[in-house]
Amino acid sequence: MKPLRMLGRSVRDAIKSVIRNFSLSLASISCITITLIIVAVAIIASFNVQNFTQEIEKDMTIVVFVDNDAKEEDVEVIEEEIKAIKNVDKYTYQTKQEVKAKMQEESEVFKTVLDTWEDDESPLKDTFQVKVKNVEKIRKTAEKIENIDKVSTVRYGEGMVDKMVSAFSSVEKVTYGIVIALVIVTVFLIINTIKLTISARRREIGIMRLVGASNITIKLPFIIEGMILGLFGSIIPVLITTYGYLAFYKHFDGYLYSRLIQLILPEPFIYQTSLIVIGIGILVGMIGSASAVRRYLKI
Amino acid sequence: MDLIRVKNVEKKYKNGVTAIYDLNLAIEKGSFVFVIGGSGSGKSTFIKLLYREEKPTKGQVIVGGLDVAKLKNKKVYKLRRKLGIVFQDYRLLPKLTVYENVAFALECIGEKKDVIRIKVLKALEDVGLKNKVHEYPDNLSGGEQQRVAIARAIVNDPKLLLCDEPTGNLDPEKSLEIMKVLESINKSRGTTIIMATHDKEIVNKMKKQVITLKDGHLVKFKQKGTYAE
Ligand SMILES: Nc1ncnc2c1ncn2[C@@H]1O[C@H](COP(=O)(O)OP(=O)(O)O)[C@@H](O)[C@H]1O
Ligand SMILES: [Mg+2]
Repeated sequence: MKPLRMLGRSVRDAIKSVIRNFSLSLASISCITITLIIVAVAIIASFNVQNFTQEIEKDMTIVVFVDNDAKEEDVEVIEEEIKAIKNVDKYTYQTKQEVKAKMQEESEVFKTVLDTWEDDESPLKDTFQVKVKNVEKIRKTAEKIENIDKVSTVRYGEGMVDKMVSAFSSVEKVTYGIVIALVIVTVFLIINTIKLTISARRREIGIMRLVGASNITIKLPFIIEGMILGLFGSIIPVLITTYGYLAFYKHFDGYLYSRLIQLILPEPFIYQTSLIVIGIGILVGMIGSASAVRRYLKI
Repeated sequence: MDLIRVKNVEKKYKNGVTAIYDLNLAIEKGSFVFVIGGSGSGKSTFIKLLYREEKPTKGQVIVGGLDVAKLKNKKVYKLRRKLGIVFQDYRLLPKLTVYENVAFALECIGEKKDVIRIKVLKALEDVGLKNKVHEYPDNLSGGEQQRVAIARAIVNDPKLLLCDEPTGNLDPEKSLEIMKVLESINKSRGTTIIMATHDKEIVNKMKKQVITLKDGHLVKFKQKGTYAE
């Protein structure tokens, strides 16, 4: 029961202190709010980008057509060379017969058309289907494969996609930079808020130490105060995240750019994002207050 | 049984001033001891060594079997729970009532509410302030404020009560009141009391043990001492 009682006391003290230093608390909370809004937008954007790049990556395949005059040894050489390219993740090989069978399986129309061709007059070719590790570099990889002997044409997805993916990833990096800078500013603001609280309560802290309060008892109210600032600061960002994303999703009907990009379903995504935002808010508050306590409490 | 044993203690502050030189003494459980000496003779430093506000640069300070000099900062609170401390400037919290000020000491160490109530009222009774429970410190006289501070110091029933010039801000009449309170605590609770003072009249009247310090040296330790040169 004793730790619970101490916790209750600490929470009470922390709330009192937030109210007492209202203007500075408000400044910290506002700073956390702004940071968390940007963090929330960044989270939503990056999860969505990740989601659809994964979708695209699943579909993105380099199709390598082997020249008709290539012999079995040539195919082996081609295979070795493809294997040697770093960005190549997996590949499969299909002879023209296998391609034909597969196409016939997929459609009745193909089945009848393809059946009219003999093997030697077939326009189909032996193919390698290559998956890459990094879609951003798919163009270079395709170029390398194209330079291999006895390879006629190389084709991969839509030309725009790799550019888009790499654009998104640089936007993501810039966002991370902004988020980190904002978090640092916020932490400093919280340190200052807690510093003020500590100095306002010097006398009380001195007496607490005289009468034998343990260090954790003395520190806890300040740490909880930081966490409360973080919690309050996450209220508006959570509301914006939840209702904002719902509205956004509804407005675009779940897709962006004519069905190219599919958005993540709002549920449970918005709840997960909210939890992450609250978590970051509380954590930032805690880090700020813990370092203020370490710096200014000297115990 | 000795409650306090001080062996070969030296205290040199960081600025180079040596406040205590090679101090050796023992204080028995239940005794009432004055620490006297002129300004700067090391009285406050001696008291601070006992509650581990300062660490000795040499020697041992043993309080209740515990070597206080070796105590880690994090563990100091364990020592503080076993003793009470009173200062010249009372150190009360102005926004709390008399009752709350005394209860604060127990709340800080996680005591239960009903236990706090019993102990606080008992302590306030012992210092004769049961009728001022709901007053704020600013509405009390200096003597009354000091009695609140004493109540706070004894509320957890410590074995040892340290007082650094508790009557320093009080007129002779109020000082005597404080001394009566301290004496009765010493008698009824059996609390060992160590009091630093430079008030000759009090020391001469009380006829208690006297430790005399001069420029950081122990000059005398008398059983029924007076304030002599
Ligand atoms: N924190 C400190 N830092 C440096 N010197 C100190 C400190 N506290 C006390 N002193 C010095 O130590 C000596 C003894 O001081 P103190 O113990 O306060 O004596 P008293 O209480 O008898 O007046 C004095 O010379 C004083 O200047
Ligand atoms: Mg002094």
